[in-house]
Amino acid sequence: MSHDHDHHHHHDHDHSELSETELRVRALETILTEKGYVEPAALDAIIQAYETKIGPHNGARVVAKAWTDPAFKQALLEDGSKAIGTLGHVSRVGDHLVVVENTPERHNMVVCTLCSCYPWEMLGLPPVWYKAAPYRSRAVKDPRGVLADFDVSLPKDMEIRVWDSTAETRFLVLPMRPEGTEGWSEEQLAELVTRDSMIGTGFPKTPGAPS
Amino acid sequence: MNGVHDMGGMDGFGKVEPEPNEPVFHAEWESRVLAMVRAMGAAGAFNIDTSRFYREMIPPHIYLSSSYYKKWFLGLEEMLIAKGYLTREEVAAGHALQPAKALKHGKLERDDVERTMVRGKFARPAPAPARFKIGDRVRAKNIHPVTHTRLPRYVRGHVGVVELNHGCHVFPDSAAMERGENPQWLYTVVFEGRDLWGEDGDPTLKVSIDAFEPYLDPA
Repeated sequence: MSHDHDHHHHHDHDHSELSETELRVRALETILTEKGYVEPAALDAIIQAYETKIGPHNGARVVAKAWTDPAFKQALLEDGSKAIGTLGHVSRVGDHLVVVENTPERHNMVVCTLCSCYPWEMLGLPPVWYKAAPYRSRAVKDPRGVLADFDVSLPKDMEIRVWDSTAETRFLVLPMRPEGTEGWSEEQLAELVTRDSMIGTGFPKTPGAPS
Repeated sequence: MNGVHDMGGMDGFGKVEPEPNEPVFHAEWESRVLAMVRAMGAAGAFNIDTSRFYREMIPPHIYLSSSYYKKWFLGLEEMLIAKGYLTREEVAAGHALQPAKALKHGKLERDDVERTMVRGKFARPAPAPARFKIGDRVRAKNIHPVTHTRLPRYVRGHVGVVELNHGCHVFPDSAAMERGENPQWLYTVVFEGRDLWGEDGDPTLKVSIDAFEPYLDPA
């Protein structure tokens, strides 16, 4: 079966505008399809899953539950994968997810200096900056300098712990619950949880502050 | 290998540039590359460690000047050629010219996509008792293999403390080279920032890596 590329290129451009990289990627997919290695409909389904099913909303629900349910929080810190597995409504999660808790004494931050390891089942695909040289090089040496690039600063004597994801373990930061949220529901709290607050390069939103 | 991918502690790359409202993909071809890597990996054409090694082998000037998914594409193409799934002639022609090589797990079909959306399982039964326990002081070995390793340069030779034991996992140094899974104990080892970066380092900083047992000596 010959594979019609236009089938899945919904916003196709004039072919003269295709970059060399686009042409090479298309050629590779054509070869892999012709050889029976990949099914274009399966590729479409993979992309759709990454674009719609996974994302920081999954991590935000976990964090909000931990903020409101002390037993869940304890289970989460003991075994992240197992605890999240008990929440039917959240994305499936792989093994060895380690949840690390921010406290008034310690701030946690996650990096992968060697490539791009990231808890994507909880946060979606990593942003470009997480995979790029400035963050990967500097996070382990000058994390406060990195945080300044995010307009984030920590108290001078607060411990800062950087987790370099060098194996098939994954790390998710449990940020501190913002003040002024007493009595809030899990759904309300989840709205405050940002992606960066779960990487450790930001804080949750503050109630009432402009977003 | 001591490649440019091993970036921890390097200087001169400039500021981190967060992008407001960043899209999942910046161009459609990026999504096709990601999907091809996932589909070929699920079909058993390669393991995750081998795919990382092929990205690390991208020449340094190209690695540093290519976008993330461009690196994924370059690594994927070279790896599939090296493993005999396609030929340079086919890449040049843009079409299949040779018979296909059998895939270990068979082609990934649409209905099987959901199972690939969970990370693989890397824990394995322990072939021997753990050599270290939580609280032990350990020194990261001063090793410089020219093949794949997950021991970053910036900790080599330094002393840290075992903080977590994650059980036995597939050993990437072995799996990447297709020399078997060779399971090893995996520990979180934490280092003082000043031990890594000297007296001018941030005194409030602690850095951990996840270290396989063969990376460590007692200290």
